[in-house]
Amino acid sequence: MKRRDKELVMDEEAMERALLRITHEILERNKGVEDLILVGIRTGGVYLANRLRSKIEEIERMKVPLGIIDITLYRDDFAIGLPQPLVGKTEIPFPLTEKKVLLVDDVLYTGRTVRAALDALIDFGRPKFVQLAVLIDRGHRELPIQADYVGKKVVTAAQDEVAVLFRELEGQDKVVIQEGIT
Amino acid sequence: MADYEGRSAGRGPSGKPLLGLAGKDILGIQEMGLGEIELILDTAESFKEVSTREIKKVPTLRGKTVINLFFEASTRTRTSFEIAAKRLSADTINISASSSSVVKGETLIDTAKNLEAMKPDCLVIRHSAAGAPHLLARLMDVPVINAGDGAHEHPTQALLDLFTVREKRGKIAGLKVAIVGDILHSRVARSNIFGFTKMGAEIHLTGPETMRPAEVERLGVRWYPRLEEVVSEVDVIMMLRIQLERQGGGFFPTLREYSRFFGLNLEVLKRARPEVLIMHPGPLNRGVEIAPEVADGPFSVILDQVTNGVAVRMALLYLLTGGEREANRSPS
Repeated sequence: MKRRDKELVMDEEAMERALLRITHEILERNKGVEDLILVGIRTGGVYLANRLRSKIEEIERMKVPLGIIDITLYRDDFAIGLPQPLVGKTEIPFPLTEKKVLLVDDVLYTGRTVRAALDALIDFGRPKFVQLAVLIDRGHRELPIQADYVGKKVVTAAQDEVAVLFRELEGQDKVVIQEGIT
Repeated sequence: MADYEGRSAGRGPSGKPLLGLAGKDILGIQEMGLGEIELILDTAESFKEVSTREIKKVPTLRGKTVINLFFEASTRTRTSFEIAAKRLSADTINISASSSSVVKGETLIDTAKNLEAMKPDCLVIRHSAAGAPHLLARLMDVPVINAGDGAHEHPTQALLDLFTVREKRGKIAGLKVAIVGDILHSRVARSNIFGFTKMGAEIHLTGPETMRPAEVERLGVRWYPRLEEVVSEVDVIMMLRIQLERQGGGFFPTLREYSRFFGLNLEVLKRARPEVLIMHPGPLNRGVEIAPEVADGPFSVILDQVTNGVAVRMALLYLLTGGEREANRSPS
């Protein structure tokens, strides 16, 4: 069933500006890119991580390593009667020990995805620290998880869906709140 | 359910709709659909990565119990299933018939029912009687995986063989695959014939006439009387193990003669295509059906098959035991 678009949260320009601002915040707070690794959470987080990576390269003239995490195998709702999602590949071809990991996702909601991602990350080494960058924080946290860098905070109803569209996938960049199915 | 930021709302991480296997068991390739096979192979790709990590474990099947019930001797397949389950954080129990109460005369059904009463989440069974896994699958609510039933099928072997070829060649449709040896007694051959044919490959068989199943062409394959005729035509050569016990059964005069006509050695290999893949389900009889130089040579993907076996079995355990199955919700 196709959901109806209720509200436009970010258009292409707004997304671009938010990502640029986040990039500067990351560089400022971490005083550069030494030992920094970007890890995108499939799938939305991967597109965002790639964009942050290019922006960092434009500013610092350095290419930051990029990893991809698929959290399907770490979910805590695995036994709750859903047909399984297709498991995507996790690609972290370098140890994370003593690295500064910047986890990237498109939407922060209950916090369960980030919890699963942290579990997965720890299996790859002991990072110096993990920071979290998200494009949208929509509230309704169910776990004590917060983002270090946020593109935009939005107020949503629990049954709404926040859709982040990417030009690489859907042909356009935008963030919309879609009507909930009750 | 909108937890996980929409990832569970009917779409997987890649945006594709969620899929599942058709039934609760994996009993044979013959009844499987193309979509199911592709789902298993795609899923296995992700699991292959887990085995390359420092910590080769994911918590996905934590708390689940997998029972390996092997009535026929096996080290390779059983170990592969055990490693697969453990890498998914499941608990595994290995039962070999010789050391169980089967020796005291307990029937297969009783053995299975007793095990089921201990609430396992998956049963992997290898048995010398064709249809044994099917019997158990019918009687039990637990997912059953056929690890080899008589000369009937060995579906997980075929799946890992398909995975290996697809990984090395990028595709299966349009390829030509030779299977060589004791086709008559081989469940590996049968499952692979079903699997590769379903995925669009052509199967070419060869072996002693005494080991050729009657009307085998009905499976959509071509039979060749000599290995030499087949070697230059195919992209994959799959050698079957010749069981040394068969020597006395009148199927061929001596092992040496078998080796001379159907063994794969460097001389014969010279006629093969430059990109050929050499496969073998194991264990090898070095010098009989396959020369050591070929088994250890650059065209051999035999060890890749073993590695991929773990990934494929992880995928199967994941797809079968995840979620609350309809059957498990029985009132009790």
